Amino acid sequence: MSRGDTRVAAVIGGNRIPFARRDREYAHASNQDMLTAALDGLVSRFALQDERLGEVAAGGVLKRSRDFNLTRECVLGSALSPDTPAYDVQQACGTSLETTIHVANKIRLGQIESGVAGGFDTTSDAPIEVNEDLRRLLLDLNRTRSTAGRLALLGRVRPGQVVPAIPQNEEPRTGLSMGEHQAISTKRWGITRLEQDEIAVESHRRLAAAYDRGFFDDLITPYLGLERDGNLRPDASVEKLAKLKPVFGEGPDATMTAGNSTPLTDGAATVLLASEDWAAEHNLPVLAHFVDAETGAVDYVHGDSGLLEAPLYAVPRMLARNGLSLQDFDFYEIHEAFASQVGMTLKAWQDPAFCKDRLGLDEPLGEIDREKLNVNGSSLAAGHPFGATGARIVATLAKLLAERGSGRGLISICAAGGMGVTAIMERPT
Amino acid sequence: MSDDRYQALANSALGGAVVKRLGLPAPPTLKRHEPGMPVVSGPVLIGGAHGGRLAEPLRETLRSIGAHLLEGEGSLDGDARPAALVFDATGIDDSTRLSALYDFFHPTIASLSRNGRVVLLAGPPEEAESVRAATAQRAIEGSVRSIAKEIGRYGSTAQLVQVAQGGEDAMESTLRFLLSARSAYVDGQAIAIEAIDRERVLAPDDWERPLAGRTAAVTGAARGIGESIAETLAEQGAHVLCIDVPAAGEAVSQVANRIGGTSLALDITDARAPERIAEHVRERHGRIDGFVHNAGITRDRTIARMPPEGWDAVLDVNLSSQERINDALLAGELIGEAGRLVSVSSVSGIAGNRGQTNYATSKAGVIGLVRALAPVMRERGATANAVAPGFIETAMTAAMPLGTREAGRRTNSLIQGGRPVDVAETIAWLLNPASGGVNGNVVRVCGQALIGA
Repeated sequence: MSRGDTRVAAVIGGNRIPFARRDREYAHASNQDMLTAALDGLVSRFALQDERLGEVAAGGVLKRSRDFNLTRECVLGSALSPDTPAYDVQQACGTSLETTIHVANKIRLGQIESGVAGGFDTTSDAPIEVNEDLRRLLLDLNRTRSTAGRLALLGRVRPGQVVPAIPQNEEPRTGLSMGEHQAISTKRWGITRLEQDEIAVESHRRLAAAYDRGFFDDLITPYLGLERDGNLRPDASVEKLAKLKPVFGEGPDATMTAGNSTPLTDGAATVLLASEDWAAEHNLPVLAHFVDAETGAVDYVHGDSGLLEAPLYAVPRMLARNGLSLQDFDFYEIHEAFASQVGMTLKAWQDPAFCKDRLGLDEPLGEIDREKLNVNGSSLAAGHPFGATGARIVATLAKLLAERGSGRGLISICAAGGMGVTAIMERPT
Repeated sequence: MSDDRYQALANSALGGAVVKRLGLPAPPTLKRHEPGMPVVSGPVLIGGAHGGRLAEPLRETLRSIGAHLLEGEGSLDGDARPAALVFDATGIDDSTRLSALYDFFHPTIASLSRNGRVVLLAGPPEEAESVRAATAQRAIEGSVRSIAKEIGRYGSTAQLVQVAQGGEDAMESTLRFLLSARSAYVDGQAIAIEAIDRERVLAPDDWERPLAGRTAAVTGAARGIGESIAETLAEQGAHVLCIDVPAAGEAVSQVANRIGGTSLALDITDARAPERIAEHVRERHGRIDGFVHNAGITRDRTIARMPPEGWDAVLDVNLSSQERINDALLAGELIGEAGRLVSVSSVSGIAGNRGQTNYATSKAGVIGLVRALAPVMRERGATANAVAPGFIETAMTAAMPLGTREAGRRTNSLIQGGRPVDVAETIAWLLNPASGGVNGNVVRVCGQALIGA
């Protein structure tokens, strides 16, 4: 290809480990353990032992500072060639869709022929930092040369400073947790408890059915004795979910429960992308093409957008750029951070006022066929290790498109920090 | 793998003396193949009955192997210890001439080195030109099986190779296997080599890696015997497609990564499994050169106590799934040139076993399967064979009650259990592109077990 041209970035396949609920099967597995396992599973499926790939890009939210080169460390510990470079990315819940975008773009530009995008997160083996006051004091101690000065500093240590700082699932600028933020949006958009519980039940039912028909046989490799996502409840029902007490929001209007919100989860996921030439040389069939992507953000701090509303804006921009309507898709993968986020997204795109005033559209984006939405379940059932969700969705959607033979899929992932990562994948006829 | 403590004791200085004093059987330490080892570790003494047709092909084959040949009376001078005795008995056409066997082995057998090899070459009795010739050729089998029982305590083995008219040029891979340490736990077997066009015997460039450039699939590859098969085929140059159930995905993935193969997680009993395997083979490789049906399960119960699902599961995994996969591969024209199907049977399938009506039925069925498939495969220039392991030391046998385990270990000519690699080496020989004359055989890997003989 000559400079300036672009070409197709193909999704070849994926591999992840089953996702585990916090402090369960993966309680003692590190991010590095989990990503290495997911990577090695991918390598074995595609016989990539000792293969030099263009790059491996992955990341997670909860990382220790010493794990600065975590993905590179995983490559070195994997069956891949050690000549494969790697880097870490962090974009909250959108992390591994963002790494997919990075790898796909380099392939499209001809800079690399193949690459792996992935993500991971552990909420069990989480980093713990020293208290902020103690941290400053220890750094001062390090800078002080005289013994007397050091002793003076040490004399300032107070019992309260010894309490470690455990990472919090809250927005630094608002002090609200993600669930508390979404509870505001849920109320504003009027997403009912029943609607949320129905979305959750459907997610569990569909994920269980996908497992039963062997859909994940070539997408998941068991790890530490776990064969299926630990959060999956095939027998979930609206009646059972109705008994749960709300955990986010206040008063009688509170609707968000542990059943219709994603639990804290551990896991890792990977996707193999390549140029069509590379795929052909390796006799590997192409599942789908990674066509376009858009990452957006909203001002949830001072503006009146909700924390998880960025995809509502990013998707229409991407559709317009591609000359597509919201109905031009065979599959919709809308990450279920909370059932109400999905309900809100669908409602907003049908809302004439929102579409006109906020999106600047003459007509609402309209309704979608719910039978095409999260057809194999999503995060409410599978769980949501923040960094791993994007890669899980990309691999699932690619296989869905391959099974269908042709078609188009839309991905929408909301993320902390008021961000959203969205993408279009296609399988040409 | 459970370790054989009795064998270790018997081979220690003090323990050995005790074992000898008590007149207990002393299991020999079997020599197994290691990289760089010559095919045969010492001179090969050959002989033959007058009028035999294999003397010249035998010499030629042994020269190709690089063996040091000894031939004729007086060639065994002094304390020379041959590593192998090979006798061409094809010339024996009457029972009165069977004494040629006595004349050859009587003065020489005591000089055979430890871990020695005896190979008798004969013709298939059904090809004999007279009743008397057929009788004599069949009689040879009794000599071989008895010699095997006499030399087993030294770690030595004896086999019969029945070479059909027109199979003379196809002996090399089989003689290499039987003379080498690769056949350590194969004993007292009769192996048939059928007629085959010379150009269809594809001698490998490198006999250490005869499977180079070939692709082979192994079911049940995550652990045990299947894992060893995958490793051995990869060592001999094959790209191995390691298949096992999704629940064993982590282990099978590790095996595939260790040997540079591919993992494929699927349940072979699933209705769509044959097509998924066929599709995988078609997309990734275009064809498969070898398919090893190793996956197997047991659900032991006497037939009166066995629940129906115990019968059905064993038959489906051990036999019916093999048939469906073979059908898909054959229908898709996916068996490569010199293709090889190998099914893992069991000595239980030959002898039967209390509490294993389901298992023995499936394993006997496997024998029927490869025998019936053999002519079909021959037409395609391919083969189908079975191996029937006896007592092989695995996690499964380690979980047996002590009495059962000890009985299994000791009731064979080599007085010990085999190792997974013994089964794997046997399968690698059958997969060799030069083994095209070996078709429709059932080769036991059992140390000449007493049962089912």
